[in-house]
Amino acid sequence: MTTEAIIESAKPRVRKAAADRPPKSELPSPLARVLGIAVLAVATIYFVAPVLWVMIASTKSNSDLTSTFGFWFAEWNLQANYESLMVWTQGLFWQWVGNSIFYSVTAGVIGTLFAVMAGYAIAKFVFPGKKIAVGVIMGGLLLPVALLTVPLYLEFHALGLVDTPWAIIIPSAVSPFGVFLGIVYAQDAVPTELLEAARIDGAGEIRIFFTIVLRLLAPAMVTIFLFIFVATWNNFLLPLLMVSSPELKPVTLGLFGMMSYFAPAKGAVMLGALLGVIPLIILFFSLQRFWRSGLASGAVKG
Amino acid sequence: MTVSTQARAGSTQAPAGNMKEGRTKRGSGARHQARTGWMFMAPFSLLFIVVFLVPILVSIRSSMFAQVPSGDGLYGGGELVDTFVGFDNFALAIGSATFWEGMGRVMVYALFQIPVMIIAALGLALLLDTLIVRRPGFFRLAFFLPFAIPGVIAAMIWLYLYTPEVSPFMQYLPEGTDFMAPGTILASMANMTTWTYTGYNMLIFLAALQTIPRDLYEAARLDGATGWQIATRIKVPLLRGAALLAVLLSIIGTIQLFNEPVIMESANPWMGKAYTPMMLTYNSMMGAVSPSGTGIASAYSLLMAVVAGVLAIVYTLLQRRKGASA
Repeated sequence: MTTEAIIESAKPRVRKAAADRPPKSELPSPLARVLGIAVLAVATIYFVAPVLWVMIASTKSNSDLTSTFGFWFAEWNLQANYESLMVWTQGLFWQWVGNSIFYSVTAGVIGTLFAVMAGYAIAKFVFPGKKIAVGVIMGGLLLPVALLTVPLYLEFHALGLVDTPWAIIIPSAVSPFGVFLGIVYAQDAVPTELLEAARIDGAGEIRIFFTIVLRLLAPAMVTIFLFIFVATWNNFLLPLLMVSSPELKPVTLGLFGMMSYFAPAKGAVMLGALLGVIPLIILFFSLQRFWRSGLASGAVKG
Repeated sequence: MTVSTQARAGSTQAPAGNMKEGRTKRGSGARHQARTGWMFMAPFSLLFIVVFLVPILVSIRSSMFAQVPSGDGLYGGGELVDTFVGFDNFALAIGSATFWEGMGRVMVYALFQIPVMIIAALGLALLLDTLIVRRPGFFRLAFFLPFAIPGVIAAMIWLYLYTPEVSPFMQYLPEGTDFMAPGTILASMANMTTWTYTGYNMLIFLAALQTIPRDLYEAARLDGATGWQIATRIKVPLLRGAALLAVLLSIIGTIQLFNEPVIMESANPWMGKAYTPMMLTYNSMMGAVSPSGTGIASAYSLLMAVVAGVLAIVYTLLQRRKGASA
């Protein structure tokens, strides 16, 4: 998307006006244009201002936070806030961020592979029980997942998995939405003729899948990985129930504990919030076009 | 090994001129398809069973039991013994005023939050789809930004934005504005979710808008339709499917409302441990509210799933009927 925008802006204006822009009659009237831009500007402020404020607040001391203008910098207190963050989290902050990355990446990789395999099977094979399987998986798509968390805790407790990384990774790796996307993509992107040609050449099904199908499904896999990664990173209830050791907490849970059990400097909390979302934001915006393609297939089929 | 032999059997499936021969070959091809299909389904199915189906069974079983301490009678004091109580937990959950109060709050919340968010998302998507701005990419990114922030962290940010001493804007609001008073806190939380999810829903609508063929607009133009008419008479009706999906997911999300009220409760203890049904469930499980235990928590969970399912079905049917009559 960003590259698109860059290419777009690099094009000569005149050509763009002549070729890419629709005829004048399709352009909105000047009044509609001004009103529209005003609405978009207000919306931009609403969505972006809190994030800007967090960035600024994370550089302020508690007293400056209360006494200075919220949307501009005061005395630079970032270093002190960082130290305070480390003290309040007992040096565990970066470990929490690392945990979040580890849980999200592991769940994302396992979940993506399994979802794509299932999606491919449903799209390209006829097997008994397929309709039931699809129905059950799509039912899972609409099931309020939080409701499973309590019984999931009971089950994992019985299995001895509570307070281990698996208690977060396994539930996060199961993505009915990933299977749904996998089906939609595999139907379009994997030509049956290609599979048949490979079979005639004597390739086994597993080899066909790993050497041909996975490559064809790569864009879908990035999308599914993103969905699982973000959902895992954002999950709060699951780690809250499953994990009690401080060293195993993901960053969301760690920050919540820090904020709710103690009363640390607010600038330090805001710095933690900021540092805890930066990896996510980077991943997110660098792979943004995959989001849109994923949502597009969801919107069309849904 | 077996796989490769099956593969070869399957490969002979290629178009056969002879009907009889084709049928026998299709027979072995079907077997091959069935085996390979399930082979690829197996890993996901296994995890799905562990994460979705077993928990449902566990919660049904668990809801039929109550845990009675065998020790000195204090929770956690002695070993807990499962005792079969039949539908007692359900009776308790269904008769629980606390549960329905929480459900009522969530319903009121959903009734204004979901329409506001969906209409805002729809409006912004339509604005970006018209040619008002040359570079919609910037706005798409800006509106989507909050979605990249985990709900809990978003709630922490807004909690500070609502706190008069810290907030960068409350000093400019009329005296006595209180975002965390009993009468306004629901709206304040609705604002948090609206902030987080509007951009996401807008992207769903934008994606759906992009699938509408452009010639449709041109044809409408030729017939003399204005931009407003194109938006309301062509685009909005064609977005019905996407809107249905967005609303259904929002209803399901709202029933499980947990993160925002938990964060708000950490600063406003008057909200209590049962402000929403999900908080009640979690805190029953943790022993922070009475009655507590996994049995009653499971009963609450199942009851919420039933309510969510009923709402989703009712909404879908209503939309279908509307779609049919339109």
